[in-house]
Parts: sequence; structure tokens; C-alpha cells
Amino acid sequence: MVLLILTNMVVLGTSRLRACIRVVAVQGVALGILPLLHSFEWQLLIFAVLSIILKGIVFPVMLSRTLRQLNVWQEESPYVGYGLSLLMGPFALAFSSWISLRLPLPYTIHSTMLIPVALFTLIVGLFIIVSRKKALTQVLGYLVMENGIYAFGMAIAYHQPMLIELGVLLDVFVGVFVMGIAIFHISRQFDHINTDQLSALRN
Amino acid sequence: MMIWALILIPFIAGLLSLFIRVDVLRRSILIAAAVCHTAIITLCWLENPEPILAGWFAFDATAKLFLSIASVLFLCASFYAVGYLKAERHEPKKDFEEEEFFVNAPEAIFTACLLMFLMTMTLAITSQHFGLIWVAMEATTLVSAPLIYFHRHHRSLEATWKYLLICSVGIAISLLGNFFLAIAASAPDGSSIPLMRSDLAANASQLLSPWVKAAFIFILVGYGTKMGLAPLHTWLPDAHSEAPSVVSALLSGTLLNCAFVGILRAYEVTAAAGLLPFAQNLLILFGLVSMAFAAVFIIGQADYKRMLAYSSVEHMGILALGVGLGGAAVFGSMLHTVNHSLTKAALFLVAGNILAVYKTKIASHVKGVFSLISVSGFLWIAGILAITGFPPFGTFLSEFTILKAIIEQGRYFIAAAYLGLLAIIFVSFSAIAFRMAQGRNTENLPAKNERWLSIVPPAVLLFGVLVLGVYVPKQLTNVLHDIALLLGGN
Repeated sequence: MVLLILTNMVVLGTSRLRACIRVVAVQGVALGILPLLHSFEWQLLIFAVLSIILKGIVFPVMLSRTLRQLNVWQEESPYVGYGLSLLMGPFALAFSSWISLRLPLPYTIHSTMLIPVALFTLIVGLFIIVSRKKALTQVLGYLVMENGIYAFGMAIAYHQPMLIELGVLLDVFVGVFVMGIAIFHISRQFDHINTDQLSALRN
Repeated sequence: MMIWALILIPFIAGLLSLFIRVDVLRRSILIAAAVCHTAIITLCWLENPEPILAGWFAFDATAKLFLSIASVLFLCASFYAVGYLKAERHEPKKDFEEEEFFVNAPEAIFTACLLMFLMTMTLAITSQHFGLIWVAMEATTLVSAPLIYFHRHHRSLEATWKYLLICSVGIAISLLGNFFLAIAASAPDGSSIPLMRSDLAANASQLLSPWVKAAFIFILVGYGTKMGLAPLHTWLPDAHSEAPSVVSALLSGTLLNCAFVGILRAYEVTAAAGLLPFAQNLLILFGLVSMAFAAVFIIGQADYKRMLAYSSVEHMGILALGVGLGGAAVFGSMLHTVNHSLTKAALFLVAGNILAVYKTKIASHVKGVFSLISVSGFLWIAGILAITGFPPFGTFLSEFTILKAIIEQGRYFIAAAYLGLLAIIFVSFSAIAFRMAQGRNTENLPAKNERWLSIVPPAVLLFGVLVLGVYVPKQLTNVLHDIALLLGGN
């Protein structure tokens, strides 16, 4: 849980893309292990293993490869600076704690921390998407957001049928894959992956 | 059995077309799959098919209506696509807006994505489980992104990136909405109602209403992003204007409807839980805002494909407004779904013909469509009249039904806004479109023979709208009534 909060803060505060990818991977793995701590079922185990493989190995490898091909290592001059982003972190955490106090759950859950942390992760993901320029960082933001939603699903201990869980995972996988390809094309077309210069279309 | 066929035929055809090297064969597979899909849908109208996978996929009234629209549109679009692909050359060609060269994506990938698009839409429309709807909806985004990036130049790439990112984030938000619905459906002892549409609606009284409210808001915002409800529509004009016209037609006529189905499913549950007024007000608000946004951007729009795209925003607004008003307006709104899909698809296809001849999307650079390509010119004018709700087209009938319902309910402010916005859009739309059709072409473009494949599909679609304006078949009326009953109409 603490690991989740920490990883979020690191993502907010770091400019090196490689480190960002690793941290998001750690976050994914931590999320995969988390449900196993409370209850142990075979179905849960299979799903956890799958999601750990995907988020801990496949995504980081895929994204790092894109990184190497493109030869971009740093997020330069984001819309919102790193200091300010970091400062935003605690506020977001406080905000999500406040929200979760206002939303009474119909039943008790394992840990009262889970919902605020899930919401926090979600907000951080959204914030990264809107405040960073590099297309790759936006994909990372999308992943963080997805992690937050996943954590929320876990928090309410709600298990959808296996097929649907797998479908969600597959969608995320294909999504990142397609976005990776798009990034590759963007870098070839524009010689950079700064999305602030994707602005030919308006009105 | 039938539903399996509906899902598997485009899937298998899509896989096959990835590996086939011969253009003619691949194109015939596209046509064959589209024809089979429509044929099976026709059979389903005659005899209702059994649900499959323990009821996860079923052919209920909503699915019947929306899937039929999607299938018919896809059939017309596939014929058009074959003509389009024949005309597109493989070698690099000059970008007509900026002097750069670009190539097209491989045709095999384009065809495969088209077919997969049909499959994922079938999944999204027929699925009865909220989780499954989500999975299918995200899948439609992913398979349609390569379609938008068919012409590999930087504007289409920009459109694709915006589409991917905005829609993915939107749909992620609706996943959160699904979780809220799951919380709403659980009892204090930890047991819960399955997230099936029918189960939720049947046990609606046990749902926790604050969570249902939150769930509806999140699902509305999430799928609303994809449906193109303002102010979440920002991806839509870019994607529609940069995609090949046949893809724009499918996006506008079928994809937006898919997202609408997602919202309607949630709306049905919300209504069953006794929160109808709450959901209605939200839809009315989003509907009017969308119409207003569209009106502002259509006035003086320079690009005629963007103009059509904003018109989609407007019509999605009308649909949301109609459902939100309740009563007879729900029926009108469902009828309007059919009319809008047919008309807008036809218009985009005709716009593709104009674009192919004039090589510009700037409306003021297009002059004398009538004299140069007369059939397309005729269809263009007919389509413009239809989309702005001119009698005797079906759109007039459905827009009028909604207006009548507003006045009967005595909501004169909404009626005034609705009429005013429609009038503004009518004036600016026709001003732009008629100037394109009339006059002589100043560029001295050579007169062209129009290919059958490029004029018959839009003509058929427009003829359909014309027929619906005069006569609505009994079976269709029954289905529309069934849906309206589910959604708090009559």
C-alpha cells in the first residue's frame, strides 16, 4: 500500500523516462500481489500471475524498446513542473481520503486505506496524462490510471467472472501495444514525440 | 447459434484477410462477410435467436435495432470500400494540403481492421453484461484506430493519437462507473447481484441509489466521450475529418451508436432503480449542450468534412435529449437514430466522392459539384436536406416527433432552444453546402465518370431515409416501442 503511494510520488517527480517505466512496472507487480495477501484462490492466482507478467515484464520491455528506438530519455519542460507536481501529490492524497470518507461502502473491506490509495493513483494517472508532453509519458499515465481503477476493483473485493477480467487485461495490453506503434509513427513523422506540437487540427 | 455466426463470421473473415495477398480475393471476402452478416440479421428479424453463453449475449430489442443499423451500414460501406480501394494507388502520392508525399497503410490491415470493427461492434451491442460491454467498447476503439491512420501523413496520425488517448481515458472512466454499479449491487453481507442487465433491472429496488447515481454519471461521461457528447467530443471532428470517408461514415453511423447503446443500458438500470428524473435531467443537459456546441462550430466552418462531423455531435445531442425527455420523445429519438445513421453515412460517402475529385476539404474551394459530378451533386443536396430535417425525409418525422413531445410536456424553454439551434444549423449548413453544389468549377477540372460503387451505396441509404419519412414499417415501429418502454417512454 505504502509502495503504491511511493511509486505514485516517484512518477510525479521524475523526469527520466526509463526510471518512470520501471516504477510503473513495480507498481503493477505490487498490485498483482496485493489481492493474494488477503485470500488465496486458484482463479485469483492465475489472474495475478498473468497481470504480473503483463505489467511487470511485457509492458516495461515493450516501452523500453520504443525508448531505445526513439532515443528519447527525458521528459523536457512539462506543462507543470516537477516540484509543483510533487507538491500536488499530497493534496491529491488528502482529496481522495476526503472523498472516500464521504462515500460509505455497504460492507466492510480488508483495509480502509485501499480506496483512498486507489483514487489517488487514478488522479495521479490523469494528472500525468494532461500535464506531460511526451507521448510515451502519456501512455505511462494511462497505465497508472488503469492501475488505480484495478486497485479500486480490488478494494471492493468484487470479482467479475474470469472471462471479463481477462478481457479487460487483453484490452489494456492491446491498447498499450497500439499506442506504442502510434508513438513509433509519430517519432518518424515528426522527429519527436512531443504532443504539444500535434496541433494542426482545430476548429 | 445465430449470434455465434454474427460474431464469428467477421472475425474469421478478418483473420483470413490478413494473410491473403491477392487483392481481388480479399475484397470479395469483405463483401461476402458483410452480405452474410446482413443476411443473418434478416433471419434474426424473422425468428428471434436464442441467447448464448448463459445469456451474456442476447438479441433483445435494443440490440435488434442497433445491430441492424450497423449491419446495413457496413454492407453499403463495404461495397463503397471496394471501389475506394481500387481507386487508391499503392505508390506514394502527393498530400494535397501540404506538398509532401505519403503512402497508405497496407490494404490487408485496413480490410482486417474493418471486419474486426464489425465484430467488436456486434459484441458491444449484443452483450448483456456490463463488464462485457466495457471490454467490447474498448476493443472497438482499438481496432478502429488503425482505420483512421490509413493515409499515413501527420494530420491523420495526430487525429489517431487524440482518438486513442481521449477515448481510452473516457472508457477507463466508465470502467470505474461499472465498479460503482457493482458496489450498488452488493448487499451488506457481501453477496451481490450479477452485473447482467436483466438481473439488475429485475432487482432494481435493492440497488443502493447513491452508488447507482455515481455509476450512471461515470458511465455517461465515459461512453459519452466516445459517443461525442459535448464538451467531451474533442476527438470527433479530427478523427472524422482525417479518416478515409468510408471510415468516417462507419464511425459516425455506427460507432457513436454503439457508445449510445452502452449509455442506454446503464440508463435502463438507473430508471428501474427509481432514479429516472435524475438520469433524464443529465441527458437533457448533455443533449442541449451538444447541440449548442455543434451550432457554434458549424457556423462558418471551412472544412466540409468537419462540418459533417460537428453535425454528428448535434445529432448525438438530439438523441440524448430525446431519451432524456421521456414519453413519446424516446420513440422519436430511437427513430432518429435510424435516420441519422443512414443519412450521415450517405453524406460522408458522397463527401468522399467530392474529395476524390476536388482534392480539397475546404468548402470554399469546391464549386460546381452539380456540373462536374452530377449524381454526387444531387445526392449531396438530398443528403444535406435530409440531415437538416427537411420533409419528406425521415429525419423530419423523427425531429418533429421529439418537438411534439417537448411541447406536450409544456417545456417551452427547451422547445425554443431546440428549434432555435436546429434553425441556426439549417441555415449555416445549407449556406455552405449549396455554395459547393452550384456554380461552375473554376479550376477547370476534367469531367469525370462516376463509378457505380461510389454512388449506389449512398443512394440506397438516402432512399431508405426517404422511405422512412413516408412510411415506417410495422415491425420497426414495434421494436422502437419495445425499446421506448424499457427507457421510460411510451
